[in-house]
Amino acid sequence: MTRTFYDEMYDAQGVCRPHYHGFASWLAQTPPEQLAQRRREADLLFHRAGITFTLYGDEEGTERLIPFDTIPRSIPLSEWRMVERGCIQRVKALNLFLDDLYHGQRILKAGIIPREQVLANECYQLAMQGLDLHRGIYAHIAGVDLVRDGDGTYYVLEDNLRTPSGVSYMLEDRKMMMRLFPELFAAQRVAPIDHYPNLLLSTLKSASPVDNPNVVVLTPGRFNSAYFEHAFLAREMGVELVEGADLFVRDEHVFMRTTAGPRPVDVIYRRLDDAYLDPLAFNPDSMLGVPGLLSAYRSGNVVLANAIGTGVADDKSIYPYVTDMIRFYLDEEPILRNVPTWQCRNPAELSHVLANLEQLVVKETQGSGGYGMLVGPASSKAQIEAFRARLQANPGAYIAQPTLSLSTCPTFVESGVAPRHIDLRPFVLTGEETRLVPGGLTRVALREGSLVVNSSQGGGTKDTWVVED
Amino acid sequence: MLSRTASDLYWMSRYLERAENLARMLDVSYSLSLMPQDGRGAGLDELAMPLMITGTLEDYLQRHGELHAERMLNYFALDAENPASIYCCLQAARSNAHAVRGRITADMWENINASWLEMRGIAVQGLGRYGMSRFCEWVKERSHLFRGATYGTIMRGDAYSFIRLGVFIERADNTLRLLDARYELLGEDADEVSDSSARGYYQWSALLKALSSFEAYTELYRGAPDAAQVAEMLLLRPDVPRSLHACLLELAQILIQLPGINGRPAQRMAAELEARLRYTGIEEVLAVGLHDWLSEYILQVRQLGAAIHSAYLEAA
Repeated sequence: MTRTFYDEMYDAQGVCRPHYHGFASWLAQTPPEQLAQRRREADLLFHRAGITFTLYGDEEGTERLIPFDTIPRSIPLSEWRMVERGCIQRVKALNLFLDDLYHGQRILKAGIIPREQVLANECYQLAMQGLDLHRGIYAHIAGVDLVRDGDGTYYVLEDNLRTPSGVSYMLEDRKMMMRLFPELFAAQRVAPIDHYPNLLLSTLKSASPVDNPNVVVLTPGRFNSAYFEHAFLAREMGVELVEGADLFVRDEHVFMRTTAGPRPVDVIYRRLDDAYLDPLAFNPDSMLGVPGLLSAYRSGNVVLANAIGTGVADDKSIYPYVTDMIRFYLDEEPILRNVPTWQCRNPAELSHVLANLEQLVVKETQGSGGYGMLVGPASSKAQIEAFRARLQANPGAYIAQPTLSLSTCPTFVESGVAPRHIDLRPFVLTGEETRLVPGGLTRVALREGSLVVNSSQGGGTKDTWVVED
Repeated sequence: MLSRTASDLYWMSRYLERAENLARMLDVSYSLSLMPQDGRGAGLDELAMPLMITGTLEDYLQRHGELHAERMLNYFALDAENPASIYCCLQAARSNAHAVRGRITADMWENINASWLEMRGIAVQGLGRYGMSRFCEWVKERSHLFRGATYGTIMRGDAYSFIRLGVFIERADNTLRLLDARYELLGEDADEVSDSSARGYYQWSALLKALSSFEAYTELYRGAPDAAQVAEMLLLRPDVPRSLHACLLELAQILIQLPGINGRPAQRMAAELEARLRYTGIEEVLAVGLHDWLSEYILQVRQLGAAIHSAYLEAA
């Protein structure tokens, strides 16, 4: 089967798209040796700065560099405006959905989402039932994963409402590009993104009713895959980076242990899953959390960002209903499209999926990071049969989608410059208002033909530009 | 500041300072081992000295059986299994820095991270190929660079204070131990105060050079080094940066500036130790006996370290 791909830089006739003109002529004029030398410089700088991630299950190289590609992904401003509005609309609806779910459950009563889909979901947190959050915000920080199909249409692949990561790469990639190729930025106006940490801090502050609240970033520790990012954000915001053991709860208030004695904490930007937050309330074996945190949270004495129990809204089995949520809560038509999705828990849809496994992408509803998924067209017969057995054993745990072509962007590879598939994750912040910085994180699948962009699966990143048309 | 952060900063600089001092120890022993030994063997005693000072000689003997020049050097400098090796100190320093990378400047982090990456490269090459003196110089240079990056970039706040506390506690301890060991090794020779033997001369000047104090000594005393004057300079002079008195002066000043009242015992202890040194003459030290005096102060410095720990680094 031949597929047509949408290339970000060249149209179907091989002509450079207008918003890439500046870059293309620069690329043509710059000698290849100079580019190669700058790329080596980038590697060295990333290594020195220790901008790394940790790969689980890899004893040897616990710290790895994420490959950084020096050809940017560029988005024309008019197109970005649409993506931006679409993301804001989506995240607003998701926050309204969570508020509704943990209060009146209007959407269930209206029969738009089947009750059992939500209430039997293990991410649904009973502890959140009836709890009023300041401004009714659940997902203060959201990452919306977008891809483009063959004709260039944007699709939302998934919403990340728990602890979406990657924003540090977005910021570091830009810094690196500006350091390596300042002339590019002089020639073309690229929308700045460096104020993200500022927006994040004001978002976190506005999540608390307290005046000038004390904000901290809670990390599972330096062995976590995203530790670099936790430390990075804490530093950029100028707030404390804490581990569970640095915090304690007294009289339902949270304090941190400091050299000058205990100090109250008002907002916790936690990069720790629900299950590990409080050993008294959730996983009792967790050494990462803070005993008593949930009771302090329920008393309204501390804000968690994101809230507990947001996972129920970004679960892949809820994903098909997001467009309905937008219509239900906002009375608007969705700006961004969903990928058509078959829910394997429905026997009719399951049999369709089983009959077409070679053409579909099948994912676990709870999975993340590109683990435990099947990309039909890229898999062998044996792999497909093995997956079929797992799917039949527990169909409720899977959804299936058509294999999108995913747009490509020219990328430096060993043989020179070649197209590689990319996606886009803009980061959406919700405080007094919902907003985002222009662009997001572009991930690129470095293996030829691969559609999996996750860093744990050999993906890299690119700087993402929003440029005037 | 978080107690854990303070602790990581403190230990980061302690380990780095320790690595530097270990390199200084190694430097003096290595250069002395190359001197004619007057029938005292092939300089092996001399090379075993750094192991004795760091209390790792027994562990070395258990693993390697006999004193062997190359193995001892390797064990002391590069052995990943020896927690007191320079390699492990740099690893620990970098690991502490990693834990607080949000609290140190990018210059500091990049510096210490680069040191660690290079250290791993050197360990792969081995000391034989890299060169012993070059290695010691390298360690010192990396430590100087880090100190410079720290001095030049970090805000003068609590973080800076805890970094400096770690440096001076470690340095005070190391100066005491180096002096003690050198004095021990000289044995009776050391007591001939105007020691004019060639051996004494080389011993003391190697120590002074290792502590980067040779120039200061010649300027202050204008003569060949002898035990009393070397001890006076390294213990009591407040203007020689690696002396015990200089370290305690810094410690007392830093502790006074830290916020909170839980630090009082540590503040008092540092102030008392500093005052005692200020009003002590070298004759009094020698009257007690240099070794006994040094042992007493090694203990005092350790207690000061413990007081800092319980006041700030493990606070509830």
